[in-house]
Amino acid sequence: MTAAATPVPPAGTAPTVAVIDYGMGNIGSICKMLRVVGATPVVTADPDAMSRADKVLLPGVGHFDRAMANLTELGLVEPIRRLALEEAKPILGICLGMQLLCRGSEEGTQPGLGLLDARVRRFEFSGPMRLKVPHMGWTELLLRKASPLMAGLDAASRFYFVHSFFVECADPSDVLAEATYGVPFVAAFELANVRGVQFHPEKSHRFGIQMFRNFVQSTQ
Amino acid sequence: MIRARIIPFLLTSDSGLVKTIRFGKRRYLGDAINAVRIFNEKEVDELVLLDIDATTRGTGPRFDNVEEVLSEAFMPVGYGGGITSLAQVERLFRLGVEKVVLNSVLADRPELLSETSRVFGAQSIVASMDVKRDLLGRRRAWVRGGSRKLDGDPIELLRRWEQLGAGEVVVNSIDRDGTRQGLDLELTAQAAAAVEIPVVAVGGAGEAGHLVAALKAGASAVGAGSMFVFHGVHQAVLISYIDRGELAALTAAAFSSTTASTS
Repeated sequence: MTAAATPVPPAGTAPTVAVIDYGMGNIGSICKMLRVVGATPVVTADPDAMSRADKVLLPGVGHFDRAMANLTELGLVEPIRRLALEEAKPILGICLGMQLLCRGSEEGTQPGLGLLDARVRRFEFSGPMRLKVPHMGWTELLLRKASPLMAGLDAASRFYFVHSFFVECADPSDVLAEATYGVPFVAAFELANVRGVQFHPEKSHRFGIQMFRNFVQSTQ
Repeated sequence: MIRARIIPFLLTSDSGLVKTIRFGKRRYLGDAINAVRIFNEKEVDELVLLDIDATTRGTGPRFDNVEEVLSEAFMPVGYGGGITSLAQVERLFRLGVEKVVLNSVLADRPELLSETSRVFGAQSIVASMDVKRDLLGRRRAWVRGGSRKLDGDPIELLRRWEQLGAGEVVVNSIDRDGTRQGLDLELTAQAAAAVEIPVVAVGGAGEAGHLVAALKAGASAVGAGSMFVFHGVHQAVLISYIDRGELAALTAAAFSSTTASTS
């Protein structure tokens, strides 16, 4: 693949992205994608390193409460809130990482990071033709507002989803994109510098590469 | 719109990429990395990589091989083969594997499903069952590359694995493996009806119509090996993938005819 062969710019010129390392996630693929789009990933649990980075990325695969417990144990809850709310650092949550940015989740009892007014609910389907949970597979997005994160992406862009829980935003103007799995749900949100995507851009071929490029080059 | 996942299944062995027939005879296909590179260019929905020598080798997954494959993959990758511990699963996820596929370990330690899904979420834990008919024609579950039979009804076992925490099940027909004569639709339908989680049907796919038939039987996804690595009557090695347009048209036709006949 030609994108993989893109040379990495020399250190110092490439934007840095702090990838929060709290033991929950597919960090390898995310770092690979960041390198592909010319960024330097910094895998870290150190708030100072996050503060020095140009962007912050919160990955995550797993259980909501365990993830919050890990963040708490590492002393990262307040630093992440400060980075996002006071330093206005661009932060992107992916999958569970997106859900952690919300106030809380039906998956657990722990409060989330609460960076925007949103809750996480479980897919519940009934009847003989009920959909399987988790929602697993490729789905197109319905873009709800313009954002640098979605530049160059359109209704034909598909992304890979794997999730049993989904985000509901209290304020519809936070919704960046929706997708449908039985019900419409928030596939991406954006409130100023705080962004989250339910899908896995690091697993979504050229569409994901485009989104990573947007995040690294254009978001503020 | 039905948007089912169509998943190439790649079998790696101690001597490179291979394809089996009914879990027996192996044909050497070449270098796994090269195949992954081509599947990447074809933008496949997902890829499953199974190391079929890992369990008998007894040394666990070959992490360096997995890492090498992942460096070429921009799609979700599932890995199976030789996984026996939570620590191995954690390491695979750190490398960038999207899902782990558990099979032989489930014979003696099905609790690994709970242990891993509690930590990593059920959606990334796949329980894989190989199914073969016995002399009486009853389907039975097998592990260790089809060399060890498990007691009881395979469908009951699938339910148990779901309860323990599997987020997805792969149901692979040993009888159909490598035959390209179509999937075991009865097995697929029984499995899909028995569990709430997605069922990936594997074994026997040879053409787009076979994939659609399995989807119609209730599979959420269909896997195929030979169909995507062999070409033509002489079964030359050629990596390919479905034509999305053709699959969409066939799927739409198959599912609309269902609606028409039942409404």
